[in-house]
Amino acid sequence: MAIDVRIPTILRSYTGGSKAVSGTGDTLADLLTNLDGAHPGLRGRLVTPEGGLHRFVNIYVNDEDVRFLGSLEAKLNDGDTVTILPAVAGGALGFAAAHALRG
Amino acid sequence: MTGVTAFRWGQSAKLAFVLTIEQAILDEIVAHARRDHPDEACGVVTGPIGSDRPVRHIPMENAERSTTFYRFDSLEQLKVWREMDDRDEEVVVIYHSHTATEAYPSRTDVSLAAEPGAHYLLVSTREPESTEIRSFRILDGVVTEEPVNAVQSYLFGQTPNAVDYECRS
Repeated sequence: MAIDVRIPTILRSYTGGSKAVSGTGDTLADLLTNLDGAHPGLRGRLVTPEGGLHRFVNIYVNDEDVRFLGSLEAKLNDGDTVTILPAVAGGALGFAAAHALRG
Repeated sequence: MTGVTAFRWGQSAKLAFVLTIEQAILDEIVAHARRDHPDEACGVVTGPIGSDRPVRHIPMENAERSTTFYRFDSLEQLKVWREMDDRDEEVVVIYHSHTATEAYPSRTDVSLAAEPGAHYLLVSTREPESTEIRSFRILDGVVTEEPVNAVQSYLFGQTPNAVDYECRS
């Protein structure tokens, strides 16, 4: 089962400069574990030490944000395309501070 | 704060430290920032890969709709990034506004900067009558200010009409 994975510029140091790599897995979590075998360190940029998807990474299965598909438990099928993009975010006040203020 | 500020994308690239951009695009960016004030406005200007020339202005939704932070809507970002791929374009400028503070990258801006080839343009709308516009490279957590070279048209490059914005500090 082959999944096409699109790699953003900032993570291409893990893929020898490749814009796209191929991996396998029934879920996103499986795929990232599989990819880390061929591209060590890649998974660590996407998943936190606690095992969740990093907050400032967007991962899509085809046209859907995986946050709407169960995050790391998102199901994958042969021929799917997974796209990884760094979130574009920032602002005058820190996110953590802002969320703390919101309670 | 530690969870966020400890996080940083790694970056390295050889880059020009000047932003050359058409005055008309700068005017559109300022208009967008004024329109969304007091919320932060954000967007990109894309251009042909490797050209360092910002030609296509795309105002983006601030999914946070906040006066103090911004984040591109994830699905809109996917759509725009795909369009860029189809057109052999890349992000040349990423801009956002600060609506109550100066046009200088915050700690959050620095930690989350993840496009190594982009010019980070900041617009401050805190003064109603004047708009501060400044441009930065953000690499490996280091902020370097660069001049904004506003031109009438890229066809003529550095024309006598070119205006170098003075860097305010």
